[in-house]
Amino acid sequence: MDPHSLKKLNALRRDRKAAILLTDLGDGRDRVIGEGDTVAGVLGEAVARAFRSGKSGVVEVDGRHFFLNVHLPAPRLVVIGAVHISQALAPMAKIAGFDLTIIDPRTAFASPERFPDVALHAEWPDEALARQPLDAYTALAALTHDPKIDDPALKAAFDAECFYIGALGSRKTHAKRVERLKDAGVAGQALERINAPIGLDIGAATPAEIAVAVLGSVIRALRTRGLDGGGLPS
Amino acid sequence: MSDLVHKDHARDPLMIAEEWMNAGRDVAIATVVETWGSAPRPVGSHLVIDMDGNFEGSVSGGCVEGAVVAEAADVLAEGKPRMLEFGVADETAWEVGLSCGGRIRVYVERLG
Repeated sequence: MDPHSLKKLNALRRDRKAAILLTDLGDGRDRVIGEGDTVAGVLGEAVARAFRSGKSGVVEVDGRHFFLNVHLPAPRLVVIGAVHISQALAPMAKIAGFDLTIIDPRTAFASPERFPDVALHAEWPDEALARQPLDAYTALAALTHDPKIDDPALKAAFDAECFYIGALGSRKTHAKRVERLKDAGVAGQALERINAPIGLDIGAATPAEIAVAVLGSVIRALRTRGLDGGGLPS
Repeated sequence: MSDLVHKDHARDPLMIAEEWMNAGRDVAIATVVETWGSAPRPVGSHLVIDMDGNFEGSVSGGCVEGAVVAEAADVLAEGKPRMLEFGVADETAWEVGLSCGGRIRVYVERLG
């Protein structure tokens, strides 16, 4: 591997940018392709496909074998609400490999005693997200039930095209939320992406079980990348 | 910025390879490029090895790492990349095969 390729690849990964390391398995030469870089011909199609699917693999073009190693940013999960469900979700998300952040301006909820070893921000979502913006490799779960706190975060999630957007609340609560977000200028089509009622339908009853259901939905969204229509971007 | 960096970066083989390179160590990078059947690590997984045989990462569940580290020493010496194949069909299966019954191809190259 070319040392410059390794440095460039790692720099993109540190910046949470998707990248592919393309290696010619015949002569060993390689180069780094960032998402959005143009690559001509059949190889370009394979590159575009690899970015979309996130799957690495060997492709043959004109008798030459290339290995495409796709590096997507590590998935993050941003939870709005330092609530009971979040207390169960935090350790589970960590175990599943997600980089987790919890945001809640209510300091009684967002206390380090309730959330040991968690990146916890006791501030309004707008403030916390300005410092650490959402992106397409981030999932957002809004769990406060409080429109003042949840709605601005949901709006930010649409703007950033988060790969998963979920919101806690009954169908009735959700219908009201949809109306509010529409009034706030979010497109109706985008609103269909919200996973609500939140989580996989596993009959979850306790906060911990709901956390399992939420995490299951997030993982499904990550692994299918919107291909199963499960409340995800098309 | 530190909370933007995934916690696994501390053990990320490619980040470690860059650190080793910057420290002046010779480094080989092994990459799973193809798998058949049940394979323990997905395509794209890395094992990085230095000239003293130190390694980080994995290309299997520990079944073939020893063999890859040994090959890496030759790749570092010669500078030419190699394609290795491991699996139950391999004649070395008894020694370093994959107990899961899968088959993997591992590309081993020198950094620089």
